[in-house]
Amino acid sequence: MIKAVMVINGLGKPRLSKFYEFQPAEKQQELIRHVYAVLSGRPDNVSNFIRSLGTVFGPDTRLVYKHYATLYFVFLFDNSENELAMLDLIQVFVETLDKCFKSVCELDVVFNYSKMHTILDEIILGGQVLETDSVEVMRAVEEISKLESTTSAGTMINKSIPSWWAR
Amino acid sequence: MNPFSSGTRLRDMIRAIRACKTAAEERGVVRKECAAIRASISENDPAYRHRNLAKLMFIHMLGYPTHFGQMECLKLIASPGFPEKRIGYLGLMLLLDERQEVLMLVTNSIKQDLNHTNQYIVGLALCALGNICSAEMARDLAPEIERLLQFRDPNIRKKAALCSIRIIKKVPDLAENFVNPVAALLKEKHHGVLITGVQLCADLCKVSTEALDYFRKKCTDGLVKVLKDVANSPYAPEYDISGIIDPFLHIRLLKILRVLGQGDADASDSMNDILAQVATKTESNKNAGNAILYECVETIMSIEDNGGLRVLAINILGRFLSNRDNNIRYVALNMLMRAIAVDSQAVQRHRATILECVKDTDPSIRKRALDLVYLLVNDTNVKPLTKELTEHLKVSDPEFKGDLTAKIYSIVEKFSPEKIWYIDQMLKVLSEAGNYVKDEVWHALIVVITNASDLHGYAVRSLYRAVQTAGEQETLVQVAVWCIGEYGEMLVNNVGRLDIEEPLMVTESNAIDVLETSIKSHSCDLTSQAMCLIALLKLSSRFPSCSQRINDIIGQYKGSFVLELQQRAIEFNSIIERHQNMRSSLVERMPVLDEETFSGRRAGSVPAAVSTSQGVSVSLPNGSIKLSTAPVADLLDLTLDDAPSSNSSGGVFLQDLLDVNLMPVSLQPDTIQAQKSGSDVLLDLLSIGTPAQRSPFTPQVLSSKTDNRSRLDILDRLSTPSAPSSQVSSTGGNSSMLDLLNGLPSSPSVSVTEGNGPAHSSVTAFESSSLRLTFNISKQPGNPHMTLIDGSFTNKSEYVYSDFIFQAAVPKFLQLQLDPASGNTLPAGGNGSITQKLRITNSQHGKKSLVMRIRVSYKVNDKDVLEEGQINNFPRDL
Repeated sequence: MIKAVMVINGLGKPRLSKFYEFQPAEKQQELIRHVYAVLSGRPDNVSNFIRSLGTVFGPDTRLVYKHYATLYFVFLFDNSENELAMLDLIQVFVETLDKCFKSVCELDVVFNYSKMHTILDEIILGGQVLETDSVEVMRAVEEISKLESTTSAGTMINKSIPSWWAR
Repeated sequence: MNPFSSGTRLRDMIRAIRACKTAAEERGVVRKECAAIRASISENDPAYRHRNLAKLMFIHMLGYPTHFGQMECLKLIASPGFPEKRIGYLGLMLLLDERQEVLMLVTNSIKQDLNHTNQYIVGLALCALGNICSAEMARDLAPEIERLLQFRDPNIRKKAALCSIRIIKKVPDLAENFVNPVAALLKEKHHGVLITGVQLCADLCKVSTEALDYFRKKCTDGLVKVLKDVANSPYAPEYDISGIIDPFLHIRLLKILRVLGQGDADASDSMNDILAQVATKTESNKNAGNAILYECVETIMSIEDNGGLRVLAINILGRFLSNRDNNIRYVALNMLMRAIAVDSQAVQRHRATILECVKDTDPSIRKRALDLVYLLVNDTNVKPLTKELTEHLKVSDPEFKGDLTAKIYSIVEKFSPEKIWYIDQMLKVLSEAGNYVKDEVWHALIVVITNASDLHGYAVRSLYRAVQTAGEQETLVQVAVWCIGEYGEMLVNNVGRLDIEEPLMVTESNAIDVLETSIKSHSCDLTSQAMCLIALLKLSSRFPSCSQRINDIIGQYKGSFVLELQQRAIEFNSIIERHQNMRSSLVERMPVLDEETFSGRRAGSVPAAVSTSQGVSVSLPNGSIKLSTAPVADLLDLTLDDAPSSNSSGGVFLQDLLDVNLMPVSLQPDTIQAQKSGSDVLLDLLSIGTPAQRSPFTPQVLSSKTDNRSRLDILDRLSTPSAPSSQVSSTGGNSSMLDLLNGLPSSPSVSVTEGNGPAHSSVTAFESSSLRLTFNISKQPGNPHMTLIDGSFTNKSEYVYSDFIFQAAVPKFLQLQLDPASGNTLPAGGNGSITQKLRITNSQHGKKSLVMRIRVSYKVNDKDVLEEGQINNFPRDL
């Protein structure tokens, strides 16, 4: 089972984090900091897998990360998952983001916070792999965005503009 | 309406936060936003709910508290529009958790959404449920999910399948409801649904053995066929990852086969063919292909025995090891570590490749490879493997040398066929990477050398040679210095020369040169310097011709700023100049160090246990001794407290050794407690020359809490080891101990030990016509607040007291701990006593003295008796 997905930038700022096992907010921050501390100290020529994460995580927790430009994509999971497959899953995730945002960069990730979650939710659900075909993921995401924009345009304008003017 | 809430959009807020230069600035922006959101929430305006929550989620990710937005999630979920629901569910997953009661309120909304006509809304609800479902929700909503497993749209089916995993994990009882729908899912053609169905099947097998049996019987063949189809299917672009068809489905299928095959020979048998096919046919030049191979290997290792397949699997791992990708090598090493247990012969065949991995540039791979090599070592290959590793020491990264030396040491220690080989290997390690070696390693080497009596000469000569070439390796120098001190004459006379050795021409003065260079070397730390001084002292009696030179070298340290060295120098100087007659016996060779004691000590056994195992009736509380840095030097060390306490296990060890071997005399019980650091040192000291004389004057140590003279008395004893009994009663007089210390302006040893000495007194705490209670009071050194009391009850009457219970109460500023009493029956007429230990911590130490109320109840001739009293006569300052 996948325990958490994190996207952290090169300065240690979280850009996306999702925990599939409940963690209180403070603990989430601690985990993100810990992961960043581990990753930032790693040279480039070493493997993408980390097993000894210390006691902050459970005993069997493993970590796979990939470093793209300014962002670290990190998956934390237990021993029931295949490390090499997780590396591929990161690849699927990033490829999908790439298709969504036309060569994704950190700013896309920051400003499309909610869309990032939509994409992630179409790939991983409850810590299990849901879909690995990025075309399929894209189709669902686009459908959801369409639904969001059409209905929201109507409701948002109708409700918010009058109250705005009323002030 | 609130002026703040209309303000910023999510995008603007993110921009504002990003523009912040400092953390404080960011906190300010977030605080302002949160205030605005709170205000907006209290206005209860639905128009901004959506935006507020989106902002809150961003703020949450940055680590700020957002609990006040939880109810907003519920409101959004209950609202009809898709965007509101979308954000509401997202917030539900991020901001809430299954432990919160709020979650109960959302169950109904989710139930409605699961039945919604818009399948995307159903999808949202499923996604949220799959992430945060609690046990109650699982029970309530399981029927809905079961129904959705047969939904027409595959997207819903696969989400429902993953949602079911969460449900059966929360409530395993529900597993049986899902068995039949899952069996249907396994026949799916849609890859996405198939992956989730297989995963659900695996999780069902995990929570329910009935499900496992069912699937094993009914579905094994079906799943094998599915895997066969996937493996042989023609190119399908949608599931292709770098040229491999749907590696995730492959992996999930291999995983479920592993679950089914584990512990079941028939099922394992039916999957052999396909596993062999996957293992041989899968392309291994891509990560995805290797992921499949890796999973396949794991399955082969886990299912029931098939020798051929296992060899195939281990060979795949062997191939992985020479892959250029670090990740592949990494997983291969991890897997090989487990494979050793299954088939170590097959793994041995890849030894050479594994050894190459020890030299990898990636530290995590090196470390794993080293662990693996360690597991591979056996009696037959120990020599070549150790040679390889030692060779590698020369070129390895400095930060890796510590690990490497530790492992070489463990290998050598465990498998060494003979002592000479052990000594040779460790010398190589020390000369190559002595500065990275842990203390225990060179301590162990010394122990081994002392035990190999026929190799003393060989060892000291090899060390002498090694120091000439690798004098900068600290630990090598330490071992060499110690050995030259002990076996210096063997170095000079070529005693016990082995055939393989080349003759060595060393003069006495050459040997001393080594020590002099070492002690003066700038890299020499305090421990080594102290060891050098000891070695010089020892050589002074063995090399009489060089005595003067040695004395000169030692003399240079009389002015050392390090008190430890200064004191040693002064003491040794006196010994050499004035105590020729006792010198030779004082500096005799160390007794052989006991290997078992040492390995026991390293394993972390209780120090006291050692002495009991030696058959000595007393165990000394060594734990309270502060150790000096120089282990061997404890012999003559008086000012332990001044030495930095970066001690080494060898220190305890050697010191204990003296206690154990040289003090066969049993002590009176209460002296045990009296042995605190100060007196212990003195006793150690005495034990050198006068082992058997210990018991007569231990009482003096006890009574000497304030009296300097009796302590000096004991010091006297050191200088006259040959005739101790004649001076037992002499007090003061011309104390030759002072003579020995006369280089010092005042004798610090006395004052130091005095400060830490045990305070002892005994009071009659309570006395009635029938009962007496005596307290033996002692203090723990270094903890003035704590008082230890040994209470002892004596029966003054002619009747036996039974059911004897002692109770005590103290005022609030004291803390009392009562240990269990030694018994509950008190014999008549003072023919025995009950003892009980009390520990009192005085929080107002120095201001208030101890006071205690006691109550004693017992039965005399079946009659209950109760006695009470107050104890005020504790000594002051406890």
